[in-house]
Amino acid sequence: MNYFKPLVNGLVKENPTFVLILGMCPTLGTTTSAINGMGMGLATMAVLMCTNTVISALKNLIPDQVRIPSYIVVIAAFVTIVQMCMQAYMPDLYATLGLFIPLIVVNCIVLGRAEAFAAKNNPLASFMDGIGIGLGFTGALTIIGAIRELLGTGCIFGFNLYPERFGILIFVLAPGAFLTLGYLIAIINKLRAK
Amino acid sequence: MKIFLIIISCIFVNNIVLAQFLGICPFLGVSKKIDTAIGMSAAVLFVMTIATIVTWLIYTYVLIPLGVEYLQTISYILVIAFLVQMVDIILKKTSPSLYQALGVFLPLITTNCTILGVAIMVIQKQMGLFDSTIFAISTSLGFGVAMVLFAGIREQLALTKIPEGMKGMPIALITAGLLAMAFMGFSGVC
Repeated sequence: MNYFKPLVNGLVKENPTFVLILGMCPTLGTTTSAINGMGMGLATMAVLMCTNTVISALKNLIPDQVRIPSYIVVIAAFVTIVQMCMQAYMPDLYATLGLFIPLIVVNCIVLGRAEAFAAKNNPLASFMDGIGIGLGFTGALTIIGAIRELLGTGCIFGFNLYPERFGILIFVLAPGAFLTLGYLIAIINKLRAK
Repeated sequence: MKIFLIIISCIFVNNIVLAQFLGICPFLGVSKKIDTAIGMSAAVLFVMTIATIVTWLIYTYVLIPLGVEYLQTISYILVIAFLVQMVDIILKKTSPSLYQALGVFLPLITTNCTILGVAIMVIQKQMGLFDSTIFAISTSLGFGVAMVLFAGIREQLALTKIPEGMKGMPIALITAGLLAMAFMGFSGVC
């Protein structure tokens, strides 16, 4: 078993945001700037790595009929841990992401990977899959965040590239999220069709 | 007056889908026809109201006295999953006609982040039980308004010619963006 395959798979071929189109709520809600998008992506990745490994290790102990509730409890436990860590060590980021941290529980990517990958593979492969999908998600969120931040405020990761008064404010507000993601997916569809 | 403000702000100004980005999955997933959009919104209205009341009671009378507020996420998601299952069973027995209308949408609701989101939001905003109930009802009405409007646009959109790469998700997202822009017109109202 090649452990790098799941890693690359999650980054490119099964990119959760651009290809599978899963987990739209945090993708649209937290990407007002590159750093917020990245923070959200990394938080999800931390949860995904832990849940994938633990669920894969427990897969023979969990009866088939109650597997979905059991997965949700495992996921909710790790989300609570991540939430408490962020509250303690990164209070600023926690305040901006707010509601979206506890909502990682209902992010379809996490439950989707548990069901589609971790329940069928060994812990190490599941861990790598968690990193791959997590990185794909983080990358996508950072790109969307960077585009919105650049068009909206003229900054990227807080570095100013052009005067803020030329920024198109709408991109930092709600409609900008839909428009940016819509055009990005259209471009990627076009590239993949070739 | 305060109640009126909550209602207007939840339905139009802070619309849960178009301004707060919760419940995007059903918003994009089941909005191809107006009928299904109405069914989904009705199911959300039903479950969200019950779930918000129950989780509020659990938080106030179980979690706080025991001092285990950090179990909020775990207990809420279990309560919601349990509630959805129970509503499903009760409706099937007592009201087959309502079950026929909502049945298919009920299982989808467990993973609908609006339910968990609203349950957590009312605690964060420190609302009372009555305000929370009004908040839940009007938020789900706002969800319904956005869903039905969007489904109406998509029904028309299905008949128009669209560039190849824009078909499906991209055009839906851009439409949603324009709809969000229209809803921004309400901001500043209250």
